[in-house]
Amino acid sequence: MYLSYVSRRFGIMLLVVFFAVTINFALPRMMPGDPIESQLNQLLASGGGAVGDVGAMVESYRARFGLDQPIWQQYLAYWQSVFRLDLGSSLTNYPERVSDAILGGLPWTLGLLGFATLISFAIGTLLGGLMGWPRAPRAVRGFGSAVALLSSVPYFLIGMILLYLFAIVFRIFPAGGGMPFGMSPGLNWPAIQGILWHGTLPALAIIIAEVGAWALGMRGMMVSVLGEDYITLADAKGLKPKRIFLWYGMRNALLPQLTKLALSLGHIASGAILVEVIFSYPGIGFRLYQAIQSKDYFVIQGIVLLLSVSIAIAMFILDLIYPLIDPRITAKGK
Amino acid sequence: MDRFLFAAAGLYRNKSLLFGLLILTTIVLVALIGPLLVDGTLSRVGATVPRQPPSGAHWLGTDAQGRDMLTVLILAMPQTLKIGLAAGLISLSAGVALGLIAGFVGGFIDTVIRLASDVMMTIPGIAILVLVASNVREMTVELMAVIVASLSWMVATRTIRAQTLSLRERGYVQIARLNGSTGLKLIFVEVLPNLLPFIAASFVITVSSAMLATIGLEALGLGPQNELTLGMTIYWSQFYGAIIRGMWWWWGPPIVAISLIFIGLMLTSAGMDSFVNKRAGTS
Repeated sequence: MYLSYVSRRFGIMLLVVFFAVTINFALPRMMPGDPIESQLNQLLASGGGAVGDVGAMVESYRARFGLDQPIWQQYLAYWQSVFRLDLGSSLTNYPERVSDAILGGLPWTLGLLGFATLISFAIGTLLGGLMGWPRAPRAVRGFGSAVALLSSVPYFLIGMILLYLFAIVFRIFPAGGGMPFGMSPGLNWPAIQGILWHGTLPALAIIIAEVGAWALGMRGMMVSVLGEDYITLADAKGLKPKRIFLWYGMRNALLPQLTKLALSLGHIASGAILVEVIFSYPGIGFRLYQAIQSKDYFVIQGIVLLLSVSIAIAMFILDLIYPLIDPRITAKGK
Repeated sequence: MDRFLFAAAGLYRNKSLLFGLLILTTIVLVALIGPLLVDGTLSRVGATVPRQPPSGAHWLGTDAQGRDMLTVLILAMPQTLKIGLAAGLISLSAGVALGLIAGFVGGFIDTVIRLASDVMMTIPGIAILVLVASNVREMTVELMAVIVASLSWMVATRTIRAQTLSLRERGYVQIARLNGSTGLKLIFVEVLPNLLPFIAASFVITVSSAMLATIGLEALGLGPQNELTLGMTIYWSQFYGAIIRGMWWWWGPPIVAISLIFIGLMLTSAGMDSFVNKRAGTS
């Protein structure tokens, strides 16, 4: 059963990668006109700072696309370049390779996302457990419902309010960037401090919006777990409420909560992109925004490809792990 | 009359649905009536003195290009709702049709539809949207709705498919089938009316996810540049650094409006969910 579950998940991952690469290949070709010239013309018309030899740029892209070859050969060539991680060069910073531009932003995004997701998961799960626990104080439930309402608001709107309050009105946190100006990242105390200081507000925006979603899911699970017979038995045996809550309630309600993580990965990543834009945070999302602003098509394409492929792989890995911690999943997936 | 009272009593007990519908109704009313009461010329560039904080003459101040923000806000509301509703309707119709087909026909077609919706759910919507939107020459409100709709049909498909599978085995459907009802008649007379609560619930979720995608795209600068929507207002305020300049009246009201729309949709969805599930449990 595990094998058929894994092969189905693996198939879906392959399909997603195939679909993402094909769309990346097909979309610019479906538009009327020469893709390179139209992109370059748009770039020049908008006054995007194309420094360097424009003729050489057109040549290099034409050779890369091999636009004189039949379409299926172009398609195969595109797959080859994707496997070599050769995503072309940036149009605005011409010699810079797209893969380098992405690699530069990746650690920032992964750090921010990982940190914010972990914290919101921990707080939200605990809060949701308490919301479903009849003996919890009323104030917890009131607070939980208020936070749950916030979970429907897009992250970046909360980010804008935080930015205004804590960086402009009260100048507690910096208004943007990933670290203090002129500092270079490294494993020394001032650099780490600077990174944490700059990351606080963006992370907080994601956490505030995300806690409610985790809390809502956990409350639902907790309520259904507390209706089980073994909880009644534990109660009848005279176990301490704290013990019932943690070891009989939370522990069993936690597993489905973990599986929700895979489903929300895409949602969290999309939300984080816009948070980065608001805080000029030097991750993938902000690069994407800059690329859209300067119509740097190959960077847009590269980031989009990276996003869809990496989320597909991450989901597959999570899908592999879940049945090992919760055998009910393969049984249900059948 | 009795039926009306019964519905009113149910609504009174379901606080979440009541507040959700109340918020949404208020917003729709403002969006419908508001544009009749304001002077549209005030929303044009250079109509008034730029960068004015709220005052008696301009209740919500003016932006960096001299637009009256109250007028902009009121004119942007119907446009934003239009994208959300249009995208929601398109993807709902596609979702219901696909869900019914998958549930009724089964077999290979069911497998293909399920696989397609699983794959689409894995791909981060915003990634594909960014790609499509950056390839389009000129974005309009209508085009925006179509693009967003193409990526939000999956929830409806899954819900309707699951319900169709359970409905078609029910006794009354079997009896109708034995009485000689076939294909389309069976679907439209026996099954579809019983799916209505689920269709309504899916609609709210679909509109909500479509609006989330729309506002995200607009904030990235890929929205309709020449039209007034709430998301584009946020984008321009961000573009001209309104936060750093302390012009809270520029981005604050659109944030409140957008948040109210989402909170209203969420409350409605949560309220409908308890209603729909109770019904599914007892029938």
